[in-house]
Amino acid sequence: MVSLRNLLAAALVLGIYSLVMAALWVVLDAVDVAFTEAAVGAGVTTVFMLLAIAATGRHEKIAHRRPWLPILISLAVGGLLVYGTLDLPAFGDPEAPAQQHVGPHYIEQGEAETGVPNIVTAVLASYRGFDTLGEVTVIFTAGIGVLLMLGIIRRRRHAADDDARDRE
Amino acid sequence: MTEHLVLRVVSKLLIPPILLFALYVQMHGDYGPGGGFQAGVIFAAGLILYGLVYGTEAVRSVAPPRLLVVLACLGVLLYAGVGVASMIGGGGFLEYGALSADATHGNHVGIIIIEIGVGVAVAAVMTIIFTVLAEWR
Repeated sequence: MVSLRNLLAAALVLGIYSLVMAALWVVLDAVDVAFTEAAVGAGVTTVFMLLAIAATGRHEKIAHRRPWLPILISLAVGGLLVYGTLDLPAFGDPEAPAQQHVGPHYIEQGEAETGVPNIVTAVLASYRGFDTLGEVTVIFTAGIGVLLMLGIIRRRRHAADDDARDRE
Repeated sequence: MTEHLVLRVVSKLLIPPILLFALYVQMHGDYGPGGGFQAGVIFAAGLILYGLVYGTEAVRSVAPPRLLVVLACLGVLLYAGVGVASMIGGGGFLEYGALSADATHGNHVGIIIIEIGVGVAVAAVMTIIFTVLAEWR
């Protein structure tokens, strides 16, 4: 897997990984996340990756040197992250700070305060409405960014082609 | 891709239910799993499937990029507009309780409206990215 140079296969592996993750979210009772993972990770992102590969090339360039520095940085960051998880409370621990802070209020009062039975929607859209506005703005910016960069490059290329034709 | 008969027939059968399911996920997000984000992506997935099988020109004729850009802006503005409306109603920014005399009812209405804004913006942006990437050579 590490030495996969066929980018098409790599994109498909990423899609399958997302689908497995979606199944894992269902097992963990996080159906809203599973929904997003299956639709975005396994579906739309895979198509975007495939389109990007179709626009560039199917195979990764072969590196002539061993990429020691990137390998070292990856291992160091991975090691630090694993070290960080050692301090986390046990999975499902009722005494964990995440279960003690605002969570109980959302679970007990969420439906009465918002009129929405799905607590995930209540938190995302109401209690954390400002964050979600930020997320939508990020997505909007991504779309405008793609449109501006790739759209303008394309227009310039066409303009250049037209100039070349005019000169002939 | 005019010669792939099976793909064309199957996608023609699948696309309407996909779009309908997106609307269901959109309007049912407050009772079941889902919401504006998932609905927007599923709606865009229907259009993307259409584009993969029938070509981006077909998507362009259904959803012209100019219209998509306007829809993406409108989605974000609808969300922020609800925030401003609740400020006019006497609450804080995005404090939907101020939208109605009954705070719980106001909250519910606010959530439904902002989810529609999210859904429209996400569907439009995903379709924009697909059309631009698919036509980039």
